[in-house]
Amino acid sequence: MSKKFVHPYIPNGAPELMEQMLKELNISSSEDIFKEIPKHLRFQGRMNIPEPKLSEYELKRHVEGILKKNQTTSDNLSFLGGGTWDHYVPAVCDTIGQRDEFLSAYVGDAYSDHGKYQALFESSSMIGDLLKMEAVSTPTYDWANAIGIAARMASRINGRKEVLVAGSMSPSRFSVINNYLKPEISLIKIAFDKTTGLMDLDDLKRKLSDKTSSVYFENPTYFGPVEHQGEKIAEMAHAVGAEVIAGVDPSSLGVMKAPSDYGVDICVGDLQPLGIHMQYGGGLSGYIASRDEEKYVAEYPTLLFGVTSTLQEGEYGFGHVFYERTSYASREKGKDFIGTTTSLFGIIAGVYLALMGPEGMRELGEGIMQRVAYAVEQIDAIPNVKVLYKDNFFKEFVIDFNETGKTVETIHKALKTMGIFGGIDLSCSRQFPEMGEAAIYAITEKMTKEDIDRLVTALRKVC
Amino acid sequence: MPKGKARNKFQQARWEEPIIHELSNKGVRGLIPPRVEAEIQATTGKVLDNLKTMRREEAPELPEVSQKTVLSHWLRLSQETMGSNIGNDISEGTCTMKYNPRINEEFASNPLFTDLHPMQDEDTVQGMLEIYYKFQNFMKEVSGLDHCSLQPGGGNHAVYTAASMIRQYWSDRGALDTRDEIITTIFSHPSDAATPATAGFKIITIYPDENGIPDIEAIRAAASERTAAIFMTNPEDIGIYNPRVDEVVKIIHDVGGLCFYDQANANAFLGVARAREAGFDMCHFNVHKTFGTPHGCSGPGTGAFCCLDRMYPYMPVPVVDFDNEKYFLNYDIPKTIGHVRDYAGVSGVVLKAYAWVMSMGHDYMRQAADVSVINNNYLEKQILQIKGITSAFQDNGITRQEQVRYSFEKLKEDTDVGTDDVNARIVDFGLPSYWTSHHPWVIPEPMTLEPCETYSLDDLNEYVDVLRKVVDEAYSDPELLKTAPHASSSHRRNKPEELDDPDKWALTWRAYQRKHLSN
Amino acid sequence: MIQKIGLIINPVAGIGGSVGLKGSDGEEIQKKAIALGAVKKANIRAETALKELIPFQDEIELFTYPGDMGETICNKLGFKVKVLGDAAKEKTTAEDTKLAAADMREQAVDIILFAGGDGTARDIYTAVGNNTLVLGIPAGVKIHSGVYALNPRSAGKLIALMIQNDTFETQEAEVMDIDEDAFRRGIVTAKLYGYLKVPYAKHYVQNMKSGGVAGEKLTLERITHYIITTMLEDVLYIVGPGTTTRGIAEELGYDNTLLGVDLIYNKKVIKNDANEKDVLSSLERHPHAKIIVTVIGGQNYIFGRGNQQISAEVIKRVGKENIIIISTQDKLNINFNVPLIVDTGSPEVDDYLKGYYRIVVGYEDMIMYKVGNYDD
Repeated sequence: MSKKFVHPYIPNGAPELMEQMLKELNISSSEDIFKEIPKHLRFQGRMNIPEPKLSEYELKRHVEGILKKNQTTSDNLSFLGGGTWDHYVPAVCDTIGQRDEFLSAYVGDAYSDHGKYQALFESSSMIGDLLKMEAVSTPTYDWANAIGIAARMASRINGRKEVLVAGSMSPSRFSVINNYLKPEISLIKIAFDKTTGLMDLDDLKRKLSDKTSSVYFENPTYFGPVEHQGEKIAEMAHAVGAEVIAGVDPSSLGVMKAPSDYGVDICVGDLQPLGIHMQYGGGLSGYIASRDEEKYVAEYPTLLFGVTSTLQEGEYGFGHVFYERTSYASREKGKDFIGTTTSLFGIIAGVYLALMGPEGMRELGEGIMQRVAYAVEQIDAIPNVKVLYKDNFFKEFVIDFNETGKTVETIHKALKTMGIFGGIDLSCSRQFPEMGEAAIYAITEKMTKEDIDRLVTALRKVC
Repeated sequence: MPKGKARNKFQQARWEEPIIHELSNKGVRGLIPPRVEAEIQATTGKVLDNLKTMRREEAPELPEVSQKTVLSHWLRLSQETMGSNIGNDISEGTCTMKYNPRINEEFASNPLFTDLHPMQDEDTVQGMLEIYYKFQNFMKEVSGLDHCSLQPGGGNHAVYTAASMIRQYWSDRGALDTRDEIITTIFSHPSDAATPATAGFKIITIYPDENGIPDIEAIRAAASERTAAIFMTNPEDIGIYNPRVDEVVKIIHDVGGLCFYDQANANAFLGVARAREAGFDMCHFNVHKTFGTPHGCSGPGTGAFCCLDRMYPYMPVPVVDFDNEKYFLNYDIPKTIGHVRDYAGVSGVVLKAYAWVMSMGHDYMRQAADVSVINNNYLEKQILQIKGITSAFQDNGITRQEQVRYSFEKLKEDTDVGTDDVNARIVDFGLPSYWTSHHPWVIPEPMTLEPCETYSLDDLNEYVDVLRKVVDEAYSDPELLKTAPHASSSHRRNKPEELDDPDKWALTWRAYQRKHLSN
Repeated sequence: MIQKIGLIINPVAGIGGSVGLKGSDGEEIQKKAIALGAVKKANIRAETALKELIPFQDEIELFTYPGDMGETICNKLGFKVKVLGDAAKEKTTAEDTKLAAADMREQAVDIILFAGGDGTARDIYTAVGNNTLVLGIPAGVKIHSGVYALNPRSAGKLIALMIQNDTFETQEAEVMDIDEDAFRRGIVTAKLYGYLKVPYAKHYVQNMKSGGVAGEKLTLERITHYIITTMLEDVLYIVGPGTTTRGIAEELGYDNTLLGVDLIYNKKVIKNDANEKDVLSSLERHPHAKIIVTVIGGQNYIFGRGNQQISAEVIKRVGKENIIIISTQDKLNINFNVPLIVDTGSPEVDDYLKGYYRIVVGYEDMIMYKVGNYDD
């Protein structure tokens, strides 16, 4: 019965057109083409897929009906962070991200997609401005993917097979790279200092050797504190000939030192804070950058877009840089592998950085830090509740609930009834259960004093 | 403008748009971030001092531009890009450039979706998880396999997931040292060779027989007790369905190996042929190709990874599950490879693809398959009548399925105009650059076209008309093609070799200034 | 960038081919060819190549030899040219080619462009070794050597690109030749004479996307690295000649004979330039053995061209399962549906060798490839 409609997405489903084509081909149906598939390989049944919602409105009712079962961070007050953050997304970012030209383009060359190349080149350029680095790749799947790529690049550069990582790094990012570095490269965690939350340099010293290929740390750390020891870590790693990889939140770079200024060789992170909606974790987009030296550039597995000249004097043209590196060009002989990643998000991040400019990025960073400082002060004053690793945060901090005698789960359940989403529960077995009842709270520029006060009041009530 | 004909006077937008940095004027602003209340400022004082040695001394050298400048700059860049929703994108073969419905973009812009944090309590994201769960089930239906993960961020990422799971499978049996070979075929997607190589396997590549089908005797000779798995695409990127694919599976299973089916080219086989019937243990779909979601200039995408029960213990976590009351994230997979991407997956793609399937239902998905192969055969028939164009394994008597790999070898011999020149020239008629082929170019001077169900008879005819014109030009005025494009947003690169030269390449504006503008 | 270009045409190259003489080496044969009505094609082919350089004639300095060896054609096309050597001769010989090449080296040309066949390449090699960059315009009957551009026009184009570009890569290509007398009697004794330095053409295709697999040099390194890391103890390795196999000697740090067969045992060379007898007697002492060969020249041969020392008898003793074939993938993609060819002199062994082999094309990277005869 549904077949009597010509589907709006299938123009040649119109009987007259179909007939014309079949006639031209002198066949009676698609079966004359599918005849190449032997009978026993044909699917004889019917896929268990619902009847189509043919009218657009019917579809809209249906999908929105499901979405209505969600509770959002805009209808609640959310302190969740840890890799996806609830930053403000400027309207222009949405406008550009929804342009059909960018939305629906793919792998066309610069001759048909000049704008795509220029946009991604500019995104790389502005990320490079934040990092003070000149080689920046098109986006990766996510931050974790970028760490894995960087560690493998380092290993190819120096031929070593041991990667030391900050013990405080995000467990899910750790899980990704743990798989990505197998089977050849081993991953060793460096302990973090229990009072500062920063890397334990003694432990680093013990584990560094001439086998160390690279050292990875995050700045700010997963727990929130700024890793002040970046320069020292880089110095120690370089002393044994290792590469230094840092995972840096780009939203911090209006106020925080550029990674290349403290010795980072390869910098990675996520573009999600730069104008990309959270989308239930779907907004991730990794970046990866380094100095512009052949030894690094030759090891990128990703697509690299470069600016060049054209037959028209003074015109910019774009193209692939050093394309033969990639698995598209060289299959298994390429560096790792490349595929469809997150280019559209990369373009949006560029729009965001241009909107913000140097002053906007500074105000963003400072504003977040002020809100966090205020929140920390207020929360720390709650009886039995304390904030760990104090006076040293960017946009996240750890609240220690151990002395309340309550579990994070209980506390967060109570907060939820008040319309508050508590932060990441570290007591979960996949997080840092050894820290007991503690949670990472994130605060972005969207938070007002009233929001923070509301949390504090709620915590006082619950704890 | 005649219907179904080449656009002879096409001109793409050409804004001569400067690099955004060149538009900068000191002190100009594009956006003011939310300001901090005075009370907070008063109590927190100079927080930047807390940064100590980590404090940034000078502001980043970002451009300083007004909001209007930002908007118009990127709108112009968008106009200088040929998205498939605008163009006649039969061009990008192997990529399945479908119509990306606007309504699905509306869903993805809904705050009930955009404003969800991935670590929210499962109770608060039941709608999202329902969509994941149901779409996983759709993928199981399309593949016939038992389980599905939507965590991979793209097709290649899903193939990499398979390679990781195969490694875990053999490692779990203590046999990783002896099961270290992966067999693949030269016309399979490069990821079928590159991702297992990344995962640490040796790669053995099979070449086609005289009909363009992977040489089954070569596969038999390659298969051994060292075979960890085979990775193969079917149909391969040349559009020929391998009728003996189940025999291949049997050869590999007989030596104890596993079989992964790359279903990147699945569009024409929805409800027609599945991984299950062919006997595979695992497969994947490129959700952004086959299920109608936009390609985003190369992502965000999603790879749907599917497998049989025997591979379930190694799947990435979390998988979205349902206990008959509520949907939840299932981390309880003891031998899991861990995460391949943070969180459950690229949720926007899953949401849009779910909506696409719901709009199509079984019958129209099946019709998409029918129309795709008919479109392709129609297009092939017209194109092969054009002088100078042949197709890979042209006269093997096998009917092509959803795409065809053509060759301009003859044209190149006749005129010295090759596929790169043709590809640059079709842009002048408003067609997006086409997909030549992955490397190596086993088929010389290739062009791969895939006219999926999105394209109308008029679109097909327009495409043929453009190719006919361009080939005529190649014979009459080859220089026109060698200097193409002429009506595009930019002209031909005159020093392509600089893009391979470390002293000249420039990946960022900073590098360009240093290498090209400093003296 | 190149600026000084030497041009050498072997006017009699290719003269034997058109009249079925399987080569043009030696005065007698050339006379015979002319008597049979052969045409001098080399000049026509050189002209095709040189036409590509006309737009750059003011940017280059051209050197050549008198008359048919280059002067005539340069004048015809209007090039300003510096003519070296003595006055034009009626009949040129191999010695003239050698003299010309040596003179050009003296003039420090950036590249010698020559039109000829395998004999010409050999003469140039004799004169300049691999010190001077060269490029061949294919004009001979025998084109086994790898020093030629695909066709005359692409030779010209490549030179044109090199004139315009600052940097380019080079690679070494095999100089092969077969003994024509023997060849005419039906016996093929191809020999590898050495290596000439040629520009690496892959780098100059218009769009980088038209390129092939990873750069030649890197690929060779990976193949070598793989072969060496998988070498077994107490196994004799019989290593045939070729650019691909030469890397093994370099990596293991011994001087190989470049053109001959080396015997390796526990990663040490135990015999350089071994002949068949040497190989067989080594096999007596070390019965566990493997043969490493590469695809030589442009015609897909793995046995019987340039490596006859690895005889039918040797192959029989070692066993086909112990043959390791190495090659860059580029060499194979050209003829992907043509099998690799063996011509051991023993039909029985040729038959025995048929079947599929894993060709090593990189590190842990192989392709399955058929070995057979041209008839298959």
